[in-house]
Amino acid sequence: MLLLALDTATPAVTVALHDGTDVIASSSQVDARRHGELLLPAVDRVLDGAGLTLDAVTAVVVGTGPGPYTGLRVGLMTADTFGLALGVPVYGVCTLDGLAYASDLAAGQGPFVVATDARRKEVYWATYADARTRLTDPAVDRPADIAERVAGLPAVGAGALLYPDTFPVAHEPEHVSAAALAGLAAERLAAGEELPRPRPLYLRRPDAQVPKNYKVVTPK
Amino acid sequence: MADSRDEPLVLGIETSCDETGVGVVRGTTLLADAVASSVDEHARFGGVVPEVASRAHLEAMVPTIDRALKEAGVSARDLDGIAVTAGPGLAGALLVGVSAAKAYAYALGKPLYGVNHLASHICVDQLEHGPLPEPTMALLVSGGHSSLLLSADITSDVRPLGATIDDAAGEAFDKIARVLDLGFPGGPVIDRYAREGDPGAIAFPRGLTGPRDPAYDFSFSGLKTAVARWIEARRAAGEDVPVRDVAASFQEAVVDVLTRKAVRACKDEGVDHLMIGGGVAANSRLRALAQERCEAAGIRLRVPRPKLCTDNGAMVAALGAEMVARNRAASDWDLSADSSLPVTDPHVPGRTPAQDHDHVHELGEENLYS
Ligand SMILES: [Zn+2]
Repeated sequence: MLLLALDTATPAVTVALHDGTDVIASSSQVDARRHGELLLPAVDRVLDGAGLTLDAVTAVVVGTGPGPYTGLRVGLMTADTFGLALGVPVYGVCTLDGLAYASDLAAGQGPFVVATDARRKEVYWATYADARTRLTDPAVDRPADIAERVAGLPAVGAGALLYPDTFPVAHEPEHVSAAALAGLAAERLAAGEELPRPRPLYLRRPDAQVPKNYKVVTPK
Repeated sequence: MADSRDEPLVLGIETSCDETGVGVVRGTTLLADAVASSVDEHARFGGVVPEVASRAHLEAMVPTIDRALKEAGVSARDLDGIAVTAGPGLAGALLVGVSAAKAYAYALGKPLYGVNHLASHICVDQLEHGPLPEPTMALLVSGGHSSLLLSADITSDVRPLGATIDDAAGEAFDKIARVLDLGFPGGPVIDRYAREGDPGAIAFPRGLTGPRDPAYDFSFSGLKTAVARWIEARRAAGEDVPVRDVAASFQEAVVDVLTRKAVRACKDEGVDHLMIGGGVAANSRLRALAQERCEAAGIRLRVPRPKLCTDNGAMVAALGAEMVARNRAASDWDLSADSSLPVTDPHVPGRTPAQDHDHVHELGEENLYS
């Protein structure tokens, strides 16, 4: 098994290769504005570092967000097209699940929260029982509006670190890593679980205003 | 070994606006032109909503690539290159196509060519009427652009002579259609009504046609306002609006200016070919009047069939094939979408020059406008 994992749903552009047992190469760069430019060179570098070429990959794993749309689509489109060209399956994993899996809190006791930055003063978030068990569907909300629901829970992710009023006990990691995503996917596949085809988790409708009737141009 | 550079097999991807286009060409021969449009999703908004377009591109891309390859009857392994619109266009929409093209080219081990959307609109005519004459005068008219371009070599030398200073021609059609409650997009419906109207019924203004106005620039904002005022005056007086006559007279004002300036540019520059492309080139009156005026001026008119005038992947593949045929440098893997890519950049070459000896020589002569 050789998994190529990538995620562009957070400010990190992150790529990893996983042989089913271990991560054999990875790369993470944080630059929220250049996902489109950074991803392909990162894939190239990671493969090169492992002394492999893309056609050795047996499946592609991609973070499905939630995340800011423009960046999110870079990873999804890249993964989908790799799948088409190589004739290998493409699996989607929720980006928040990757963060939960990588978190130190996973080893601790009791539930915790994963929150990423959704911009516009909101967070993408979900609650977890442990590293592998999500309790709620990913959602997007203003931190103040969910304060009661997450009260007393430790939290990870940039969204938690950004809003200490709502998340007083916030931990690293800030962003997801493809290594964690690949590790989680490898574990699930080994357990015989079926992973879904990637579907973007936008969680918001597109901003679009139905225009009012045209503006009258005749002077009053 | 036969040199595939004579007739390169290229797949082109276009996502600059609301059409997901994937085309396949062999040299100047069209093999496939698959398009998935999200236009219906935008209709209720009265214009293209960028985020709606981007989401639709992501959904449509893989099935559209599949369809294009099947239609062309070729295998992806046999491609000589992958071309993609790098700009200009909607940033988020472009990025979906660029991401797909890069991943596809990388996975297949093929060179990648990020190309200019406007140059592609010109180059597509090679699929219809054979190799472009050099130089070619091109009038590009669509919802996003209205320009007069002179190209001596479509892969390296495209010179802007004039452009709209306010609205694009297609935008004016959309706005007038909205004032007349005819829906979106406005071009086809205005064309339809205009066929039954009198183009001389109302004398609407011809923008930037005075003796001291710039010879090759366009302006459609004043016309749009004049038409809206005329309609509002009728409505205010409680009279019916003669939709067919308004459509015909408005359309006549647009195509009169477009063709007049294009023919003048040909004469001034001593060019005996005029190419018209872009979505508005599908307008029946524009085609007819351009034909009439070009004939009178001894200019050969080249207008591709309507489906090749609107945004599509075949036009991108056509320009990509020309890049391969002329040994232009491929793009790098960090190619980015550039929503305002200048028209003078027909493609986005990589920073590392090609290693082939022949290429190095070509490259030395290439950058006339950099
Ligand atoms: Zn166009």
